[in-house]
Amino acid sequence: MRRILVGIKRVIDFNVRVRVRPDGAGVVTDGVKMSANPFDSIALEEALRLRERGEADEVVAVSIGPNESQQQLRDALAMGADRAILVKSDAALEPPAVARVLLELARRESPRLVLLGKQAIDDDSNQTGQMLAALWDRPQATFASKIEISGETARVTREVDAGLETIEVDLPAVCTTDLRLNEPRYIKLPDIMKAKKKPLDVVELSSLGADAAPLVKIVKFEPPPQRQKGVIVKDAAELVAALKQKGLV
Amino acid sequence: MNRVLIVAEHADGRLNAAVAKCVACALTIPEADVSIVVLAAEGTAVAAAAAEIQGVSRVLLVKNPANEPALAAVLAPQVAKLADGAAFVLGPSTTFGKDLMPRVAALIGAPQLSDVMAVESATRFRRPVYAANAIATVEVPAGRQVVATVRVASFQAAPGGGTAPVETVAVDVELPRTTRFVSVSAARSDRPDLQTATRVISGGRALGSADNFKVIQSLADKLGAAIGASRAAVDAGYAPNELQVGQTGKIIAPELYFAIGISGAIQHLTGIKDARTIVAINKDAEAPIFEVADYGLVGDLFTLVPEIEKLL
Repeated sequence: MRRILVGIKRVIDFNVRVRVRPDGAGVVTDGVKMSANPFDSIALEEALRLRERGEADEVVAVSIGPNESQQQLRDALAMGADRAILVKSDAALEPPAVARVLLELARRESPRLVLLGKQAIDDDSNQTGQMLAALWDRPQATFASKIEISGETARVTREVDAGLETIEVDLPAVCTTDLRLNEPRYIKLPDIMKAKKKPLDVVELSSLGADAAPLVKIVKFEPPPQRQKGVIVKDAAELVAALKQKGLV
Repeated sequence: MNRVLIVAEHADGRLNAAVAKCVACALTIPEADVSIVVLAAEGTAVAAAAAEIQGVSRVLLVKNPANEPALAAVLAPQVAKLADGAAFVLGPSTTFGKDLMPRVAALIGAPQLSDVMAVESATRFRRPVYAANAIATVEVPAGRQVVATVRVASFQAAPGGGTAPVETVAVDVELPRTTRFVSVSAARSDRPDLQTATRVISGGRALGSADNFKVIQSLADKLGAAIGASRAAVDAGYAPNELQVGQTGKIIAPELYFAIGISGAIQHLTGIKDARTIVAINKDAEAPIFEVADYGLVGDLFTLVPEIEKLL
């Protein structure tokens, strides 16, 4: 079975304006809409397209988080994943711990490809895929904007600072997605009904035997310093005069 | 003493300007003793440039044809070996560092702090989360190795004039052959590098076409500025992806930033928060970009930008 494992993290929806709690212990989450991390939805879409192109037989969506993450996995099943696994943990895991849990699942599921978002939009770490690849001793192709599989290799175009880089990796490999890889499909109502019948396994984090102990303590959160609103100038001449006066041009 | 190992980013025989910013960050760690490692095919010129950064104690040069072009899977085991005895292993928060450093961290069993913007002590650091809508102060256990990427927009480059010794070292590790470089399509440009330029002119969706980006190029030529673009402009195909400024593109801190025809989505504002002076030109007076701009000019960019250019 040629399998693709896709990571799905439940995060605050990207349209929500995130605010720091007054006590600095976290950000406001009460009554806030939660969604799948957008980069993970791109990863799932790519996995589905690879399956549709005949490069995979099964797409397995995996989440690590609280019981509520089942919602994001149901959405993944409605999008088209074949089955889902929730590794239940009420405590938030750090990237090294997430990588160790995914390693455990990779050993059990033997995927030819693990597709993850390049970063989650909550902690913005951008670490998990690279760490999994290292622990699994397999290649990594991060920040992908194009993935082509041929035989036992994948050719991946990556968004790098210089432009677009193409590398070739032997499978199995870990690939992380950038924004322009694809546009995830919309979920249709009949698919939501069908998704209810698809398998969603819930396993306890402790049952996997992966070390999930935290290493980094969050001392506090603070709102970022705000820029002061400036002035509206009336025309080009006033703007250039102001910039010249400040020695900026 | 806290030994700090910085992984040098370089291409075409030139040291990336982000490295001097990593040194500046490293020097804010108490009792820092800073080394830079250059992994290259040849690398003599790059190592010499690294040795000139003030505050660097020594430069390690690892010569191996497999080191260029840089592949994280190939570099990581070498860095992991050289990290022995280092309290901190740092790299820039560029696509090079973001790709490589977590792989190093996993190999040495260290936690990683991404996008470090300030060092408060040898165990306390500050970093942005939630697209920089919050700043987290984090603490790592004392005496534990830590890997970090440095948010380059948060640090002024350490000055030149240093004379650190360069030592060529051999690293005895097996390198994987399962990852192979194929090609890179980099736009050749005489313009300053977007991430380190002192002046940046960015265009947004209001430009309307790739051809109309000439308006931006012309002003950038006059000011000797780098060119950037909003995500909307890149998505619309007006500008290549490497010019994207914002949370998922490049985070920059120029002295002067022009946002032209950019409405100012949060995602874009995150990328320019550290700019010293922001100028916004937009025909919509209600555009959010005016909330953060030091100077706002409301009107048609196709009229205003050539006018500005003439007045300079």
